[in-house]
Amino acid sequence: MKPTDIKDPEYFHKVIDCQFACPAHTPVPEYIRLISQGRYDEAYEINWQSNVFPGILGRICDRPCEPACRRTRVEETPVAICRLKRVAADNKSSAADFTPEVPGQKNGKKTALIGGGPASLTVARDLLLLGYEIDLYDDQSKAGGFVRTQVPSFRLPEKVLDEEINRILDMGVNTFFNTYINDIGEIIDKGYDAIFIGTGAPRGRDLPDLPGRNEGDESIFIGIEWLAAVLYRHVTSVPEKVIVLGGGNTAMDCCRTARRLGGEDVKVFVRSPRKDMKASPWEIEDAEEEGIPVIDNHSPLEFVIKDGKLAGVNFDRMSATYDSNGKRTLVSTGEEPLFVPCDLVLLAVGQQNALPWISADSGIEMSDRGLPAVDLTTHQSSVANIFFGGDAAFGPQNVITAVAHGHQAAISIDLFCRGKDLDDREPPSTSLTGQKLDMHELLYDSGISDDKRSAVPTMDRVKSLHDRLLEVELGYGRKTGRKEAMRCLNCDMQTVFDYSTCIECDACVDVCPVSCINFIENGEEDDLRSRLSAPADNRSQPLYVSDLLPTDRVMVKDENVCLHCGLCAERCPTSSWEMMKFTYNSAQAGKK
Amino acid sequence: MSYSRPGFRHPNEPANDAGYTRRDYEGAVSTLCAGCGHDSTTNAIIQACFELNVEPHRVVKVSGIGCSSKTPAYFLGKSHGFNSVHGRMPSIATGANMANRDLLYIGVSGDGDTASIGMGQFAHALRRNLNLNYICMNNGCYGLTKGQDSATADRGSAGKKGVPNPYESIDLCELAIELGASFVARGFSGDKRQLVPLIKGAMAHNGLAFIDVISPCVTFNNTSSSTKSYHYVREHIEATNAFDFVPLQQEILAHYEEGTSQEITMHDGSIIHLHKADSSKDVTNRLKAVNSLEKEKEKGRLLTGILYVNPEIEETHDIINSTLRPLNTLTEKDLCPGEEILEAINSALR
Ligand SMILES: Cc1ncc(C[n+]2csc(CCOP(=O)(O)OP(=O)(O)O)c2C)c(N)n1
Ligand code: SF4
Ligand code: SF4
Ligand code: SF4
Ligand SMILES: [Mg+2]
Repeated sequence: MKPTDIKDPEYFHKVIDCQFACPAHTPVPEYIRLISQGRYDEAYEINWQSNVFPGILGRICDRPCEPACRRTRVEETPVAICRLKRVAADNKSSAADFTPEVPGQKNGKKTALIGGGPASLTVARDLLLLGYEIDLYDDQSKAGGFVRTQVPSFRLPEKVLDEEINRILDMGVNTFFNTYINDIGEIIDKGYDAIFIGTGAPRGRDLPDLPGRNEGDESIFIGIEWLAAVLYRHVTSVPEKVIVLGGGNTAMDCCRTARRLGGEDVKVFVRSPRKDMKASPWEIEDAEEEGIPVIDNHSPLEFVIKDGKLAGVNFDRMSATYDSNGKRTLVSTGEEPLFVPCDLVLLAVGQQNALPWISADSGIEMSDRGLPAVDLTTHQSSVANIFFGGDAAFGPQNVITAVAHGHQAAISIDLFCRGKDLDDREPPSTSLTGQKLDMHELLYDSGISDDKRSAVPTMDRVKSLHDRLLEVELGYGRKTGRKEAMRCLNCDMQTVFDYSTCIECDACVDVCPVSCINFIENGEEDDLRSRLSAPADNRSQPLYVSDLLPTDRVMVKDENVCLHCGLCAERCPTSSWEMMKFTYNSAQAGKK
Repeated sequence: MSYSRPGFRHPNEPANDAGYTRRDYEGAVSTLCAGCGHDSTTNAIIQACFELNVEPHRVVKVSGIGCSSKTPAYFLGKSHGFNSVHGRMPSIATGANMANRDLLYIGVSGDGDTASIGMGQFAHALRRNLNLNYICMNNGCYGLTKGQDSATADRGSAGKKGVPNPYESIDLCELAIELGASFVARGFSGDKRQLVPLIKGAMAHNGLAFIDVISPCVTFNNTSSSTKSYHYVREHIEATNAFDFVPLQQEILAHYEEGTSQEITMHDGSIIHLHKADSSKDVTNRLKAVNSLEKEKEKGRLLTGILYVNPEIEETHDIINSTLRPLNTLTEKDLCPGEEILEAINSALR
């Protein structure tokens, strides 16, 4: 193999598993270290820079970072990255309740944002800081979109929502609430320099063809619409027996909300096997802990109507078979249908994009899937000054992805308004800084904690079931937060090797607790992997290969389970290993 | 020392046939200087024990005094051990071995511990052919007392102080062959690929197996004027022969062409295959072994590898015809079998 080019910004970025997995590339280990040092304000600010909604995401993020966490490769559970974000948000001082500085002098460019969810708000923040004028349109009475209307308050209290959303609105967004855009032409005609569409995937799927759907209509609701109705207090109670259909997070939110509105017997039915459910495992656990059975392999056959009223649902029992490619087919087991009585059904069987207000004469090309034709990187549509982001762009994903879209769209809008090439984007800014304080001290705490993941304390279940506004999770306190933060392996602290000073004494090889380091004859990657001292079969993790050493060998380090403990550097007599902090910050609008 | 070792190990760390992982052979965290050759030698011992499926509780570690003699603390933390006084490792090893012949004995010493203060003990352990794996971590100096020249320092070699050693050096391997050792080898801490099989071969040997491990002292004797530095050793090393150690019960996979390999069957049935490049080097012949050592020395080369083996020779217990049962298991009844037996013995002698 060729010597590794550590100047390639993506090499060490990939070693920081969590940051790499985060759509917005939040510098995770950096903020976690700050939390461990009690520096909550700085931890919050780093998050705010990259993901804009630390308090919100610290409660409801889909956390793609956690399954990627290096710790899962040496023990069972990842660092509680998401809930640590909340620790920063909960403990920041009032000084961190800041309003960012917005240039007094506007730059003369006007952008319209349609939809007031996380994607649009991110665009607003990034562009306001550059002097853009922003008009935001939303059909609701408040901004927030998905996070406001569809995430229940017991998971995300209104206060947290308001704080982070208002911070952006207070930067000087011109808001037009309760304004449904009937035709994109209305906005185009206003002559904005750029238009951003972030209207989400607002249509919940129905089951229109199921027998009894129409007759039972008074007791059958679309989950996301029902959740919004609960938020706006149009719905304040439910009957005793409730069935929720669907296996995603919306289904979990529906059933838990129903429990809080008086539903004594709430059940969730899912067509597929449990392991294929879309809901995050922790959301399913939370529902079950509230006494809600989640029943898999049951497909609804009909809504049973008695005396003109919904009496229950008939289910077909299913079983899944998988072909050699892992493709699943669900087939009926042929057993008798199962009748489950109920008074209310909530449908949470998926969401769709809905852009009926985008007319053909706008020039925006749409695919047959009902999605706009949008460039994956620039987010530009077929109309040069119209951009899409969030669920509206590529279909339903999650909040942190919407934020990442917002950043990219803001970069594009800024480049566009300045007449620059949208494909010529600023690379991330990176740096590598030594961590050596003296002979035996590093600038960071390199000790490896053996602690298991701490559970997040929760409100008394009985109490929380009586009030849908009470937040169930209480969040880590400072002490537990610190303990959890200490589990972080500091994957941004890179082991940097200097082949020119190494005397091949093997001290680093011998001390490395996880046998990462090898001095062997070079070869192709497959061959090298087969000859390393410890199994090196995780190909998603790179090998770090040095130049040729005096004994005609090379140093090969498998990055896979390196603990970033710094022992190699500590034990190297010639300082050929050095621990260096790698910072990686994705570019934001206005850099180029 | 300012660090502690993390609790995590490689998640797919394999276990050996005895069910142990490499971790089970580790010891305490080393307090030696970073880069010390002794740490590498320590790790070679760990690796050899792991590969040989040694049961840690069946091992006894004994040592004298010196940085080298501290290392038994850093390997096999679950074995028995005794850190004796300077130069006295062999007598402690002898005592322990007499009490229980069933255990595996690893004696660690340094060049100071062996070639100066402990020379007398070294000589007698050799001539008695005690069943001991004698590992001398040889750095040409007294590391622990700040690097004074030892008796193995080459004439003219200079350590950190910069003063060339005026005396002739002792070649411990030649001496060992001379004094009756039955397995003599030399390794280099910086070459585990050779050192680990050497240690395994020594452990399979019944009798005194002496390994002189050139093990640089990074702090006091790794200078450009020293003949025991990493750089010098790498430049001047010469291997007697490449060899494979095939433990008992392991299938022989390599194919050896006739005449190119010498096969030595060890006491426990393991086999050492030597790949001969030069037929004049016969490691089962004392004279040839000493000759090879001298010849390479003349050329300024340092000969490593297996230097001499005599797998058939008797070890101390055989020589003194002691009972096969470990002495520490003999009860009063075994030792004082009663008047009748005494009478029988006495009458046999009349
Ligand atoms: C009876 C006695 N004399 C002298 C000493 C001082 N002393 C301690 S270690 C040592 C030499 C150790 O040299 P070596 O065996 O080569 O070990 P190294 O530290 O080089 O590994 C000496 C002379 C001692 N501890 N005890
Ligand atoms: S930091 Fe060095 S010693 Fe620690 S695990 Fe990584 S490679 Fe091994
Ligand atoms: S400890 Fe340092 S000098 Fe020794 S082999 Fe490792 S990198 Fe090279
Ligand atoms: S003084 Fe020399 S022999 Fe002793 S620990 Fe340091 S490097 Fe090793
Ligand atoms: Mg010494």
